Amino acid sequence: MVVGFLLRRLVNYAVLCLLATFLAYTLASLTFDPLASLEMRNPPPPASTIQAKRAELRLDEPIPERFVGWLGSVAHGDFGRTVTNSPITDELGRRIGVSLRLFLIGTVVGVALGVAIGAASAIGQYRLGDYVATIFSFALLSIPVFLLGVLLKFGALEINGSAGATLLYFTGEATPGFQGGFGAALLDRVRHLVLPTLTIALGQIAFYSRYQRSAMLDVLGSDFLRTAQAKGLRRRRALVKHGLRTALVPMATLFAFGFGLLVTGGVFTERIFGWYGMGDWFVTGVEQNDTNVVATVTLFVAVLIMLSGWLSDVLYAVLDPRVRG
Amino acid sequence: MASVEPTADLLDPAGPVEAAARPGAILSRRWLVLRRFLRNRPALLGLVAIVLLYAAAFLGPLISPWDYQTSDYTAFLAAPSARHWFGTDQIGHDVFAQTMRGLQKSLTIGLLVGVISTSVAAVVGATAGYLGGWVDRVLMWGVDMLLVIPSFLILAIASPAFRGRSWLLFVVLLAAFSWMIMARIVRGMTMSLRRREFVVAARFMGAPAWRVIFQHILPQMASLLIIDATLTVGGAVLAETGLSYFGFGVQPPDVSLGTLIRDGSTASLTTPWLFVFAGGLLVLAVLSVNLVGEGLRDALDPNARRARRRSPTDTAAVGSAR
Amino acid sequence: MTLAEEVRGPGPPGADAPVLAVTDLAVSFPSEAGRVDAVRGLSYEVARGEVLGIVGESGSGKSVSSLAVMGLLPPQARVSGSIRFRDRELIGLSDAELSRIRGRRIAMVFQDPFSALTPIYPVGDQVAEALLIHNRRALSKRAAAARAVELLDLVGIPNAGARARSFPHELSGGMRQRAVIAMGIANDPDLIIADEPTTALDVTVQTQVFEVLTTAREVTGAAVLVITHDLGVIAGIAERVMVMYAGRAVEIGGVEEIYARPRMPYTLGLLGSVPRPDAGEKRPLVPIEGQPPSLVDLPPGCPFAPRCPLALPACRAAEPELASVDGDARHRAACVRSGELAGTGPRAAEVFGAPPIVTPALARLPRARRRVVLRVTDLVKHFPVTTGTVLRRRVGTLHAVDGVSFDVREGETLGLVGESGCGKTTTLLEILNLRAPSAGSVEILGRDVATLDRRSRFALRRDLQVVFQDPIAALDPRLPIGDVVAEPLRVHGAGSQEIRRRVPELLTLVGLRPGQASCYPAELSGGQRQRVGIARALALRPQVLVLDEPVSALDVSIQAGVINLLDGLKAELDLSYLFVAHDLAVVRHIADRVAVMYLGTIVEIGEAGSVFTAAQHPYTQALLSAIPIPDPARERRRRRILLEGDLPDPANPPAGCRFRTRCPKFATLDRRQRDRCVQEEPRLTRRGALPDHEAACHYAEARDVL
Repeated sequence: MVVGFLLRRLVNYAVLCLLATFLAYTLASLTFDPLASLEMRNPPPPASTIQAKRAELRLDEPIPERFVGWLGSVAHGDFGRTVTNSPITDELGRRIGVSLRLFLIGTVVGVALGVAIGAASAIGQYRLGDYVATIFSFALLSIPVFLLGVLLKFGALEINGSAGATLLYFTGEATPGFQGGFGAALLDRVRHLVLPTLTIALGQIAFYSRYQRSAMLDVLGSDFLRTAQAKGLRRRRALVKHGLRTALVPMATLFAFGFGLLVTGGVFTERIFGWYGMGDWFVTGVEQNDTNVVATVTLFVAVLIMLSGWLSDVLYAVLDPRVRG
Repeated sequence: MASVEPTADLLDPAGPVEAAARPGAILSRRWLVLRRFLRNRPALLGLVAIVLLYAAAFLGPLISPWDYQTSDYTAFLAAPSARHWFGTDQIGHDVFAQTMRGLQKSLTIGLLVGVISTSVAAVVGATAGYLGGWVDRVLMWGVDMLLVIPSFLILAIASPAFRGRSWLLFVVLLAAFSWMIMARIVRGMTMSLRRREFVVAARFMGAPAWRVIFQHILPQMASLLIIDATLTVGGAVLAETGLSYFGFGVQPPDVSLGTLIRDGSTASLTTPWLFVFAGGLLVLAVLSVNLVGEGLRDALDPNARRARRRSPTDTAAVGSAR
Repeated sequence: MTLAEEVRGPGPPGADAPVLAVTDLAVSFPSEAGRVDAVRGLSYEVARGEVLGIVGESGSGKSVSSLAVMGLLPPQARVSGSIRFRDRELIGLSDAELSRIRGRRIAMVFQDPFSALTPIYPVGDQVAEALLIHNRRALSKRAAAARAVELLDLVGIPNAGARARSFPHELSGGMRQRAVIAMGIANDPDLIIADEPTTALDVTVQTQVFEVLTTAREVTGAAVLVITHDLGVIAGIAERVMVMYAGRAVEIGGVEEIYARPRMPYTLGLLGSVPRPDAGEKRPLVPIEGQPPSLVDLPPGCPFAPRCPLALPACRAAEPELASVDGDARHRAACVRSGELAGTGPRAAEVFGAPPIVTPALARLPRARRRVVLRVTDLVKHFPVTTGTVLRRRVGTLHAVDGVSFDVREGETLGLVGESGCGKTTTLLEILNLRAPSAGSVEILGRDVATLDRRSRFALRRDLQVVFQDPIAALDPRLPIGDVVAEPLRVHGAGSQEIRRRVPELLTLVGLRPGQASCYPAELSGGQRQRVGIARALALRPQVLVLDEPVSALDVSIQAGVINLLDGLKAELDLSYLFVAHDLAVVRHIADRVAVMYLGTIVEIGEAGSVFTAAQHPYTQALLSAIPIPDPARERRRRRILLEGDLPDPANPPAGCRFRTRCPKFATLDRRQRDRCVQEEPRLTRRGALPDHEAACHYAEARDVL
């Protein structure tokens, strides 16, 4: 029964994914002018060249037709070509890998620490720890990712400077042409990973901890917590076993929302730290007026957000027996 | 059998009227809210900071001898000094004039987006929640649609259209993507208010829907709406600066805090004045707005926290540049 | 019943040493307005195996003092005095020390069973947890689970093995409260504190829960502290009673003493304000004017003095001590005039000046000759049944109201009674909607609502108005009450002059001052707010007033004033009432006729006196037997008719007679007779002496259960 529901939701999400991609594709086709760079060349290229490019980009066909054509080839695993005429599919896998690594670590760190800090903060309401956590989360939620990234970058420069060696890297995901064993290579990657992960996770921690704190505060005044203590559970144990576990339920519904923030933050993070992931590709795509790239990234992001929405549903059903009904 | 005479002189002269309520309760709610807000130091500081920021953004350019578009050809990349308070950039623009102009733009966009999106959310949410039925289904389907679309990406894709157009178009688009969650919350609250007895009573006396919505339902949510408008301002400023950072928002020659930070932060640590002021003011503005929002929430409605919790069905996400 | 022997703790140190001795307990909280002195010097003792009832209105400090015993007050509370539990001082103990006492030695049953259980764990696990906490070494998880099922069975949960795996939301309120009691008695405590354990429940369930509590006490031999606002509830089970007012005990004594010879005017008034279902004739209810004082900066003197008709100047000078009366050490009262209240004493009605009963002029006309103002014929209302909160799916049709017929004549009050889920509120909303129902018809003043167009429906609304249950929810908190009362006038296009004239008129009519028009609802007390609701309903000069539980959210002392007002208005304005309520005592007081609903149908209808004294239907009899009567001697003599289990699923009612699954009569029938109940749905037919009295039971037979 619940499984049926979750399947229906999945189908619903899939339709919404297509709609979002269609919107992005249409909008991009309308606003982009991929021939501009060609036309502006000096000396101007012959009209036949421009015409050839037009035909290649199928600019004369109506947009829905172009979209259906693109979608048809996507179904066969071909995402089309970029404006510079290289196949998107070739680059796609690598870029997805880069982005997913960032997202996954960011989510895990953000959720785990956010929930822990939020719950602790609520239990110790009005104590020093709560104030510190509150101030930090407020500050972090008010700092845009791009500024945070830049600040961390300068911070890393300072650290490297005082250490007299490059401890933390802030460009790329690994040292190009790095030679060394597996352990050394891993360390190299970790040293590249620290800053972008921090950039993306700090906001997540702040986000989840705020909501967990308020969910926990709601639970703190509840009757069932009082019942648990009346049974003879110590306060701390009652708080964790009955309080925190119940306060996690509303967090499930927030997960999708938090993930949306994470993806947007990822675009900035990749850009700032020179990771060639999907976010970076998107920005490049818009700059180069590349409809196919933009549509591909939008599809990717839409799928991720839908999946996180679906995961939210699943989590909610797992955490709350009332939903399983 | 002792006889007991009721001591009539001590009876309440008002007869069947119950004695006046506690004197404390008569103090108006507004006073209580104000007191609670004023006691909240961070919120109060935030409010002062916002007022000062607005004043600076609009008065600053009047005081400064420099215009944000003119260059001082005697000073390129000059550090802050008495002549250029925040220094100058690569082509001799006065950073103070530019920062104030950017602040002006960012704050104005934030404010407009906050007001527009909250109004839309209130009307759509209350209508859907009160009328229910197909009206509700259609409106909520629209909300769900907009919620699942990655708004940051869509705005970025639409950005070439902003070139050469008024920044108001940008405001409208930003607002178009920031009202949905609030509309859902308003709808949820309306649905529970609809069952509240004073609303039912109004319906049973024959009051039409618009009257019930504007007379009874939206005023109940006034505090929530004010809080939301405030917090949306913060979110909108972040979204605007984020998009502008990539060149997808405010277009040159106009500047916003986002474009200033982008242009300034590409430089090395040697010229921090290029982005530190813009960055600092941006954080200060958003932080203040958030603090005021939270302070208002605590003061207006200590239980509003519950209302902010989203209903379990809206699991779809939006992105805003946090 | 081996439980008691198995887990019996060491016996009490002294035979008559109290289990609990509270001395000079004071509790205060910080608040916006200042420090609230919620409990101000409270002393009492409970002996082993004794049942002490603590009675008080909301805000009297009764719950706070019991939470103090449990050590479960919020951290900002300041507690002083002494709480000795079996020679151990509880105040000042650490959480770890208290947690060894809580649940093992002292158990607590809370008011609201709907929120007292953790929503995400199965009920059985939660009961087992109570066992495991205190017997971690001795008890395996499996053994604890098995014992949990035993306990659930002991408190009367049918099919306990399966129910143990249910989540709280899958159980009814009564079942949840039983589960909480099971948790409480799990470790065989010495003291059980029950804080308003039945306030949120229906009367028949209330009876069951008290039955379970009594069993629990017998099984564990524990002392029981029952906290309640309802004097009737504890008359039968308490041995001693303590009345609390404004954070102090104002009277304490043996239950017979207190009920028969109260020595404090507040107790006297409280007893007089409760409508008596057993009263042969209608007697006036005693309203206690005013409301309990604010506990911030309480002025000197007796806190009840401002509401007390017997107050003397001396009462305002100093707060009287709780002193024994007539040299009886057990009975103590805090009143300077307690001596004068001695003996048989004056009746509450005289002391408090209850208004005389007025009979409306119309009532003198025989019923048959009066006009029908509201007629409901075979009314049916269906709802789609959906499951889950998020995963909404339609699984069937709920016949919330399934063929209900009755009429209300001019100048009469029909009381529609039944437990939650019986369809009485749905019936009322269907009438108020003024739209064609799923089936059947509703006629108001002779007009069938199905034939109304938009305009005539709007016009008809003038004649049919409603008063709601919750005086807090019923008024828009952001409108001054002048605007609240004026709203119906505005909606119906009254001019500003008329509004200016009518609003003061209406406020005066319901006993408020016209000057209060500028007050906000929050500035009024519950009783005053309910009066505003009544004024609003009267604004359009309706002929029929629908009252949905109009007094059930009010404290008893306030309730009486509102009932008296409704009584007076009916006579004064020739109104007809449809009065929906679950409190049969109130209905007995106010209604001329009564209709009893069960699972969407009317099972008995008739003249109130006849239904109450000679109930025909077994369900009506069970309902009536469950009403608590504030008379200890009588209450002990009464035999309750206990109903088995819960209300059946209304989406899937039993075939034939809907009540048969819980019917005590059905159980006594032979097989052939039972077949009739199973196969044939009984119809309302004339029973009893009066032509007006009908019941839907094949084997109806009159019985006086009060």
